[in-house]
Amino acid sequence: MASDAIAIPSLPVVSDRPWVQTLHDWLTTVDHKRLGILYVLYGLFFLVIGGIEAIIMRIQLIRPHNDFVSPQVFNRMFTMHGTTMIFFMVMPMVFGFANYLVPLMIGARDMAFPRLNAFSFWLTALGGLLLYFSFWGGSGLYGAGNAPDVGWWAYAPLAARAFSPGHSSDYWTISLLVSGFGSIGTAINIIATVLCMRCPGMKLNRMPLLAWLNLIMSGMVLFAITPLSAAQLMLLVDRYLGGHFFDTQAGGSAVLWMHFFWIFGHPEVYVLVIPAFAFMSEIIPVFSRKPIFGYPVMVAATVCIGFVSMSVWAHHMFTVGMNSYANSFFAITTMAVGIPTGIKIFNWIGTMWGGRIQFKTPMLFSIGFLFQFLVAGLTGIIQSSAPVDWQLSLSYFVVAHFHYVIVGAIVFAIFAAFYYWYPKVTGRMLSEKLGKWHFWLFVIGFHLTFDTMHIPGLLGMPRRIYTYEPGRGWDTLNFIVSIGGIIQAIAVLVFVANMIISYWKGQEAGNDPWDAWTLEWSVSSPPPAYNFATIPVVESRRPLWDLKHPEDPDSRYE
Amino acid sequence: MRRTKNSITARGFQMLALLFWFTVAAAAQPATRATNTNIFAPESTPAKSIVNLSIFVLVITGIIFVVVGTLLVYVIVKFRGKATDTGREPAQVYGSNQIELAWTVIPVLIVVVLFLATARVIHAIQDAPKPASAFEVTVIGHQFWWEFRYPKLGIVTANELHIPVSDPAHPTPTFLKLLSADTDHSFWVPQLGGKTDLVPNRVNEMWMDPHRTGVFLGQCAQYCGVQHAKMLLRVSVDTPEDFDAWVRAQQKAPTDDAAVTAGRRVFEATACINCHSISGTAANGRFGPDLTHLMSRRTIASGAAENTPENLRLWIRTPDAIKPGSLMPAMNLNEQDVDALVRYLETLQ
Repeated sequence: MASDAIAIPSLPVVSDRPWVQTLHDWLTTVDHKRLGILYVLYGLFFLVIGGIEAIIMRIQLIRPHNDFVSPQVFNRMFTMHGTTMIFFMVMPMVFGFANYLVPLMIGARDMAFPRLNAFSFWLTALGGLLLYFSFWGGSGLYGAGNAPDVGWWAYAPLAARAFSPGHSSDYWTISLLVSGFGSIGTAINIIATVLCMRCPGMKLNRMPLLAWLNLIMSGMVLFAITPLSAAQLMLLVDRYLGGHFFDTQAGGSAVLWMHFFWIFGHPEVYVLVIPAFAFMSEIIPVFSRKPIFGYPVMVAATVCIGFVSMSVWAHHMFTVGMNSYANSFFAITTMAVGIPTGIKIFNWIGTMWGGRIQFKTPMLFSIGFLFQFLVAGLTGIIQSSAPVDWQLSLSYFVVAHFHYVIVGAIVFAIFAAFYYWYPKVTGRMLSEKLGKWHFWLFVIGFHLTFDTMHIPGLLGMPRRIYTYEPGRGWDTLNFIVSIGGIIQAIAVLVFVANMIISYWKGQEAGNDPWDAWTLEWSVSSPPPAYNFATIPVVESRRPLWDLKHPEDPDSRYE
Repeated sequence: MRRTKNSITARGFQMLALLFWFTVAAAAQPATRATNTNIFAPESTPAKSIVNLSIFVLVITGIIFVVVGTLLVYVIVKFRGKATDTGREPAQVYGSNQIELAWTVIPVLIVVVLFLATARVIHAIQDAPKPASAFEVTVIGHQFWWEFRYPKLGIVTANELHIPVSDPAHPTPTFLKLLSADTDHSFWVPQLGGKTDLVPNRVNEMWMDPHRTGVFLGQCAQYCGVQHAKMLLRVSVDTPEDFDAWVRAQQKAPTDDAAVTAGRRVFEATACINCHSISGTAANGRFGPDLTHLMSRRTIASGAAENTPENLRLWIRTPDAIKPGSLMPAMNLNEQDVDALVRYLETLQ
């Protein structure tokens, strides 16, 4: 049964001073668990930075004709907030969890390419630092601007030299190029790990859904990041070598940039949300005390989302004047992506049906996810109807919609994942009491902000404006939105406090605090170096269920 | 103990659902109030068909929300863990092909219905034939103002579009040709129709047939640079008589008032003429708005301020006080010259 046991080599000693030794260990590590932790801490850091940028914007918009910040600063804030939250908060966060969990869940000792793994992380880290270095280095020769202020889509020709002199747009371009290479490296690594490193008995159809979904996500990264990187290179050619891809004054095409950006941009949404689905597919079953409902359908639906989401990108461009056939095509593909997504929601509800639901903090965040993802999906369907989108596109309704996806669904799922796997990573439980405070404060703040935010969009308020005219019915609504934002910020502080306090004072977790069923709970918390002294052998999708219930193992039914 | 905690949580979710409905109800409320940029107060055919489609889509998605939301609340309340069920696991169910099939087929049918309704409206708006009675205006987006050219009437104006009202029985729709001089912009007057972008190197088109007179507000919807926020837009829909009167006034050459020659000399001797046009003078710049009939407009700086002598003064002296980051430079004129210049501009009726 058991395959080769290994002897664990000890880490090289480089210094007698413990902090130098610790620093050296972390900077040079190729261990998937340490890199996972680095990714997640990096994402948390940028969650706080991006959050501060959001709060600055909300203070500026708290009343009409406010002058808390100048238009120039406001434009930098929304550019940096969007870029940071997508590329340097959510992306590292989901990669971090994938890094930490995938090898553990498939019974492997590390990722397939540990050094590529470290390289990818440090590229991503460099990307974020480059982006923020623009605050100091972005002015360049012309002294114009510092941080990029062209919006996180950097539409042509606004990002061309004529309209964006100085180096701020270059920092944006190069930062995404560099971190994009990091993402591609990680994606290749996850694919190789899932396909080649599974333990004996773990056939593809016995993998935990988290591994499946991260495999699909990684495949999408390869298809989505590539056109983005190509477009960034073309933009650099335009800016420095006299190219005219997007230079409209020399016959280039502004619409070409939009296509390049959104053929990355829309699959990217699913790159971010599929890992959130993955967390849900692990957490909801454990706290409902039932296996996931319709495992093969869940995999098929995700593969289907992966393919269909590659053909929906131009629904971001309904207003650029495509002809009626193109608009119709992108309307129906966008509606169609709702079908597999709906199936997933139904399957999660099916998982809870007939279960014994335990309202621990991870499950609370999961239930929040289900409600909010439902609403986010439905407002997405509303906008997929192209004529409706001619009104809603570029308005605050869209801003509310995609924050419902990214905060209401993805960030809620990430919080659920924190509460669920923190005991495994640190050996200590997060405080349930602070967790409930965090949850309820965040839910209240979230709904105050993002439910309300739909309405100014319906009342004609465009996005990306640093101030607005009084008397259009937007004033009170914006005030409520801003207050909700501040409550969310307080909730995040409670969460950070919980992480810090529980690290020292938390209850001991033991190997398996949630009575769960996947392989990571079979090893100690935190897991030992190289995870498994003896490679496990599995016979079903829930190996720990089989161990705990030898009289009625899953392997009998699959 | 555990039981009470769970029911508190369940009640919390019920409250949350209530709160959500309250918000949605509040959202529907302003639709009946008269705000100027509400998409649910349409005043032209394309805007009306969009509202009808929106309501159809909202009802369908609303029903889905109620059904799935209720199911979710039911599951949470009904299957919450109880203190009595110690240790025993519930029945382990792995799935059901029949149920999966059912909840796949129903969404497919919904999508088909939604798509047909959508395609019909896309076709009706985008492929509408241009009638011979159609009125044509060219809209050119600039950082951060709007240029309106009436090619058949020989009129050039800025920021305040005048179009004739369209009687539904004898429609005289206005067709806008949308161009951009620099970056992307988007023309959005919510009561008159959806938005369409103005993209450099590209010709876009949209149409509207306002059914009543009045001033309709809107603004640039596509981020175009520093002052995107104050690229405001006014559409004045006039009765045929008012519109004709406006056209005649715009076609007149500006009166050459000898009393303001000093101001005119200031205008012609400074860099003003590089960017602005005033017909009958040396000024023929196209970088800024045409000022030939400046005083016929109610606002300056693309709607950022009322068109009053005080605001004109302020705008000429320190544009940043009204619109920080606008491309109009401060000309550093002395008090005397500013006075003369404002007096001259006031004669441009």
